[in-house]
Amino acid sequence: MEKAVAFNYVFRSDKGLNRKIVIEISEKKNEPGWMTDFRLKALEIFESKPMPTWGADLTDLDPNDIYYYIKPIEAQHTQWSDVPEKIKTTFEKLGIPQAEQKFLAGVGAQFDSEVIYKNLKKRWSDQGVIFSDMSTALRDHEAIVKKYFSTVIPAHDNKFAALNSAVWSGGSFVYVPAGVRIDMPLQAYFRIDSSQMGQFERTLIIAEPGSFVEYVEGCSAPIYKKNSLHSAVVELVALPESHIRYTTIQNWSNNVYNLVTKRAVAHNNARVEWVDGNFGSKVTMKYPCIVLKEPGAKGSIISLAVAGNGQHQDSGGKIIHLAPHTTSNIIAKSISKDGGRSSYRGLLKVIKGAHSVRSKVQCDALIFDDISRTDTYPTIDIREDHVDIGHEASISKVSEEQLFYLQSRGLSEQAARALIVNGFIDAFVSLLPMEYAVEINRLIAMEMEDSIG
Amino acid sequence: MCSSYCYTDHMEKSALLLINKLSVSVLDKPVLYDIDLCINTGLIHAIMGPNGSGKSTLAYALMGHPNYRVTSGSVLLNGTDLNFLSVHERAKNGLFLAFQHPCEIPGVSVASFLKEAYIAVTGQHISAADFQVLLRERCAQLGIDPAFMARSLNDGFSGGEKKRLELLQLLILQPKLVILDEIDSGLDIDSLKIVADGIALARKENPAMSIILITHYQRILNYIMPDYVHVLCDGRIVASGDGAVAYVLEAKGYDAWKKQ
Repeated sequence: MEKAVAFNYVFRSDKGLNRKIVIEISEKKNEPGWMTDFRLKALEIFESKPMPTWGADLTDLDPNDIYYYIKPIEAQHTQWSDVPEKIKTTFEKLGIPQAEQKFLAGVGAQFDSEVIYKNLKKRWSDQGVIFSDMSTALRDHEAIVKKYFSTVIPAHDNKFAALNSAVWSGGSFVYVPAGVRIDMPLQAYFRIDSSQMGQFERTLIIAEPGSFVEYVEGCSAPIYKKNSLHSAVVELVALPESHIRYTTIQNWSNNVYNLVTKRAVAHNNARVEWVDGNFGSKVTMKYPCIVLKEPGAKGSIISLAVAGNGQHQDSGGKIIHLAPHTTSNIIAKSISKDGGRSSYRGLLKVIKGAHSVRSKVQCDALIFDDISRTDTYPTIDIREDHVDIGHEASISKVSEEQLFYLQSRGLSEQAARALIVNGFIDAFVSLLPMEYAVEINRLIAMEMEDSIG
Repeated sequence: MCSSYCYTDHMEKSALLLINKLSVSVLDKPVLYDIDLCINTGLIHAIMGPNGSGKSTLAYALMGHPNYRVTSGSVLLNGTDLNFLSVHERAKNGLFLAFQHPCEIPGVSVASFLKEAYIAVTGQHISAADFQVLLRERCAQLGIDPAFMARSLNDGFSGGEKKRLELLQLLILQPKLVILDEIDSGLDIDSLKIVADGIALARKENPAMSIILITHYQRILNYIMPDYVHVLCDGRIVASGDGAVAYVLEAKGYDAWKKQ
């Protein structure tokens, strides 16, 4: 129980953000000077940028009322009795083992997969794969981190990318050497230390030429957090002929602002897939992006957002075609129920000279009732004639007739709703690893139980 | 008490379905008035009537559609008052409505829907492999291409395909009382024969199954012979009799009753 010792060590910064706090964070982590400088510069950018007003309503979010750094050990030190009853019930219904429940709720630090993980870790490291938390990577593999860090998402990209750049803590670093194909998904929660559960995770994945990696973060269980702001940055670098698939399933508790910047750069004939499922949270703003930088690159973004009572899921995808013969595909599915709101916000850009591009965008919204809302904000900017672009959008409502039909065949109203929803999200779920697909189906069934209907 | 075709108290007591003075409003507009009907096991009752007479309203009210409100009267299925049962409970009690316009549900495969319905109605769990065998057998009986099972429920199906899928559900769910709501509408003669053969098959397997056959046209009665025919006009049953009533209808039309 090495973690038990660490419980003695507690550090928490003051509320709000200033140079002193940023320097403290960097010092506690024993970071090299260039990272401290990077953080301080990012802080200036964060302070200079206004709160974004073009998307979801962020007026209730006060950046000065937040602790920007809590030593992860203390963050874990939540009492099980503090975890809301609803979250506990959800864990039970999802059939999550007790140890895992505590881990997910931030109560325990240990996770039962430790033994499995150690074996896998050896197999991976024998192949030259690096898989660690970001701070460890910065310490042990500084040169390679420095080469790629913030090259995909610079600090000035947007206000919350700047915030993350200033105060990041935790997140994963993955490096896959040329030609190595990792045959099972790397899962964030295999990494025992809970620093990846932090508020300001910073994740960087580098796939060298010809390699393949699938990374899975999150799980269908709700993540209970006392802190109300989660702002991650995820950068993917897919070098020629490589393939990265990044799968996220997030289910935040309903007090969380989830403001995430995710972007990938795909080089020659590389392929990047974002699979992104968003449940829970108060506000989510997340638009995974793929820059198709060189010829033959392929990108696909498959997302699902479920907005319930009091929630706004503002999500979508961005594809930027910078080179000829690049192809892309966006499938965005959203469900709005019980007064929830989901928005699709997308960008499809093809620059002059990027000829022979193919792209297909499809957004499907499912609405449950008259008090819920869905909007679509697609931006399409095509500067080249020789392209093949398709855009489809659909909005459907769970109709009384559909429910009646299914009920007349013996399905309860909840089961009928769940069946309709599972049908709607099938294109998303079919891309998930099996155990996640099962979890999602259970999660949907539970969402239907909670639904006012 | 039961005016039509329960000749004795004994029959009434053994009735599968007993409709007593049933009145129904659709979104607060009265549509059916004082319907009495008594259906014994294994019999076919045809309900005929012109458009707007309330035939489909009867079907929906029996199945329990929320917009079809029973304002007075009662319906007993095997002695259980349907008013106290939700839609899916009615299905579990052996009631089955074959829809005139079956609903399209994108993304939900026919096979997964049927399996869920089978488990819900029968209360029996069945392995995926066993259910596959059952499905294949039933599809073969109805001349349905098994490839249909992977398609979305009714999504992009032709009229005939939808009706055949209703029959497939009927064969799989094995109900006690079937309401066929204009199963003949929009079908050509070949499709009609397939549907009639499917119903004959279901009756052969389960002779106790009763049928309420709702139709506008006499044509289908050449293929599915009713034991009784009731004529519904303006929300009331205006005539009842054996199969001969249908021929009177065919000759004279509904106007004979409408004018009364």
